[in-house]
Amino acid sequence: MTDVGNVQAGTAEGTPGPRQSRVQVVPLRGLPVVAAVVVFVIASIAGNWLWALTFCHVVGGALWTAIDLFVGLIVGPILGRLSIPARAEFTARFMPKMVLLMPTLVLMTLAAGFQLALKEGNLAPGNPNHAWLIASYCVVGVMAVIALGVLEPANITVLVEMRKQRPDGQVIASLMRRFIYTAGITGLMQVATLIIMTRVATQ
Amino acid sequence: MRRLPPIAQLTVCSLALVVVGGILMASYVPRQPPLAVPAALTAVSAVLTLTSGFLLSRLEQFAWPRFFLAFRWALLAYVISAGMIGFAFVRDHTRGAPLALVIVMLVIFALDVPVVIAFTVARYSSPPYASS
Repeated sequence: MTDVGNVQAGTAEGTPGPRQSRVQVVPLRGLPVVAAVVVFVIASIAGNWLWALTFCHVVGGALWTAIDLFVGLIVGPILGRLSIPARAEFTARFMPKMVLLMPTLVLMTLAAGFQLALKEGNLAPGNPNHAWLIASYCVVGVMAVIALGVLEPANITVLVEMRKQRPDGQVIASLMRRFIYTAGITGLMQVATLIIMTRVATQ
Repeated sequence: MRRLPPIAQLTVCSLALVVVGGILMASYVPRQPPLAVPAALTAVSAVLTLTSGFLLSRLEQFAWPRFFLAFRWALLAYVISAGMIGFAFVRDHTRGAPLALVIVMLVIFALDVPVVIAFTVARYSSPPYASS
């Protein structure tokens, strides 16, 4: 993983111009899907609809955790061993999708999860799950600060850089290092989430 | 590399403080939360946001068009996100001072994330990375 950034530096300089102009920071075709998901989550919360809240929380949470771990542990190391053009091609197609996908999954999971916990009485002080849920808030808090304050700005800046006529390889390399530095913390937090959620579901 | 004021660091610290404040508030739901600590965290967070805004406004040779382009779209996304969180609190009968504090936290959250995204995007489009 460590060499991802270095090869990215070469990638950007060696990639032909026309391909970079096709890099889309936000895939506009995905926006209606995101809007539909947001409306569905709002309707689930407003209606306090148990099935829909459970669906949003379980599906969103499962995808969030699985994608995070899969990308960090499987895709990342493979990407590090690809050729320079292959890596640029993959990044240009993969990262815009993540810009839409991950915030939507996070929003879906957390909003539905909080409402579900409240509805099920898990937030009551005497409930055995209360302490576990506070622990999950802390885990989510750490992941939120890393994702929103460190990774998302880097992700969008890399995409903006790749759209330029002559992308700066050093900029892309330094920003990509943020993903490597935080992968361990994010992975640890996701494992903690799995432990907490399976505890909550079985108490 | 050009040295810029610690705008991203201040904004991320501000974001972290409202997240901690939000966790404290949420951990008391459905009870009435004590407001002293969350209010203090929010106040410090607001000071950090204002400081980073002030430092940002003093930047010269900065890619402002790119900053505002990224800022307005990110702001739209995070206003929607903050609105959903606010809606959940209102839906759960949070009222009065706790609701006011949650709204202030959400306003800071909805400003901090776009600022850090737009600042990061624009700094790499500013000299020495770009001629504009």
